[in-house]
Amino acid sequence: MRGIYNYYSVRKVKNRIMHFMMYLALVAALIPLFSIIFEVARRGIEAISLDFFTKPTPAVGEVVGGVANAIQGTLITIGLASLIGVPIGIISGIFLGEYGESRFSSIVRFFNEVLNGVPSIIIGIFCYATIVLAVGFSVIAAAFALAIIMIPIVARTTEEALKIIPASIREAALALGIPKWKTTLYVVLRGAKWSIVTSVLLAVARIAGESAPILVTMGFWKWWFMGLDKPVANLALNIFLFATSPFEHWVTLAWGSALILIVMILGMNVLVRMLMRRM
Amino acid sequence: MVYELTLRSKLSIDSFGLSFIIGTTWDPVRGAFGALPLILGTLTTSAIALLISLPISLGAALAISEYMSKKLRQLFTLLVELLAAVPSVVYGLWGMHVLIPLLRDNVYPLLQATLGFIPLFSGPIYGGGVLTGSIILAIMITPIISSVARDLFSSVPSTIRETVIALGATKWETVKIVMSYARSGILGAALLGLGRAVGEAMAISMVIGNQFKVLPTSLFDAWYTMSAIIVNELLEAIYDLHVSALLNVGLLLLAMNLVIVMLARLIVWRSLKAVRGIMRG
Repeated sequence: MRGIYNYYSVRKVKNRIMHFMMYLALVAALIPLFSIIFEVARRGIEAISLDFFTKPTPAVGEVVGGVANAIQGTLITIGLASLIGVPIGIISGIFLGEYGESRFSSIVRFFNEVLNGVPSIIIGIFCYATIVLAVGFSVIAAAFALAIIMIPIVARTTEEALKIIPASIREAALALGIPKWKTTLYVVLRGAKWSIVTSVLLAVARIAGESAPILVTMGFWKWWFMGLDKPVANLALNIFLFATSPFEHWVTLAWGSALILIVMILGMNVLVRMLMRRM
Repeated sequence: MVYELTLRSKLSIDSFGLSFIIGTTWDPVRGAFGALPLILGTLTTSAIALLISLPISLGAALAISEYMSKKLRQLFTLLVELLAAVPSVVYGLWGMHVLIPLLRDNVYPLLQATLGFIPLFSGPIYGGGVLTGSIILAIMITPIISSVARDLFSSVPSTIRETVIALGATKWETVKIVMSYARSGILGAALLGLGRAVGEAMAISMVIGNQFKVLPTSLFDAWYTMSAIIVNELLEAIYDLHVSALLNVGLLLLAMNLVIVMLARLIVWRSLKAVRGIMRG
């Protein structure tokens, strides 16, 4: 009798320990997030001033200057990338969701997933090999690289959004004699409008922080926007260059830029989750 | 993409051939390129990262999917996803200015004092290095592994849990059974994390020390990875052979990544299907 009792208590103790270990693991996984947010907020706020938002990149050793040109450049790059990536992503999402129950579409879906897993540095050097070697380091090359990163994200979420629209709605439209493409465009797509908007937001949040593909396609640029075939400055890339520089003022600017990026990206992510829960 | 990169790295493939993969010198001045140390550096840091990250992310996934109420589950799922949304370069910034001082001043000396008799933990401490790089990678792949694992665990039907509990199992014993259903999927999740770690460029290039050497003397020593050398040298590469050698490194990296990620995807898909199929018989 006693043996069984002991065995039971061993099992109970083991259960307690594992319970504790799992919560420990969860805490360990989240410590970096809190540390990053805390440090970025603390050191980033020191960098924020009027100059920070209105002046371009300072010269080496200078203590004035901000990241205004990088903010401008980041917006231009993201805008251009979205212009290329979003339509392609949505179209392939529609293809997968509405027209895709063939062998071909599952291959497309698989490669979409794989493309999603390709490191962004590889996408960067791919654009380097195709565009930069022809045109030179430029916004347009960087925008192409970012667009390639956006496409699988937008395509997948668009597909999922279309799947949620009930089949009866499609059937109702088709029963009224509306051709399939019109049904897709005016009925199904309209119903999924907000889900698609959130997917675009997610994709933009993802590319806003990308720096590896930008480094190899655009390079470093200290000045304002000068044309599509010229580089522009970029926040994420600036963080890399400022953080690794020995100048204290530049490091401060890096923390400031990180604060802007983190607020923007995490803000968009939280917004997306909230919208999704609403729906 | 594969075709274009092959085309552009043809110059380096032609002039070095297989010796590019097994060569151990990297000297842009004399035009000698061999990528073996880079490959070793990439694989080693990624493997250590996986070793650190796997128990943590599985534990976190189990804590979220098996132990929490619905409200808490939503909150912590969101937090883990936010961890994935932090840009790589911000991890690098944090790694350089927060993690490195912490490890250099507090953790590594302690590690060396207790485990210093093992050669891996001896040698000078710079702060940045193999272990620091692995830790950054581990932090970055944790959300990926844990979100895939969470999906796997929550797709295990609850009747299985109920059956096991009805037989008198403790919570931990139930969790063990749940894990056994998701076993192959966990392998896939780990591979997915490995794929991400292999391709990570910015953060690792900021903390690993960037020194080209065949083997580091210890875990604290500086090293180099394939992605880091591309980030550091592509802008400064002037003559064609150097550029093409770097693109060749990129091609190797892509090949490695594709193999890992495709395998991972297949395994995860199959096991999700298998787990869901249990109930349908």
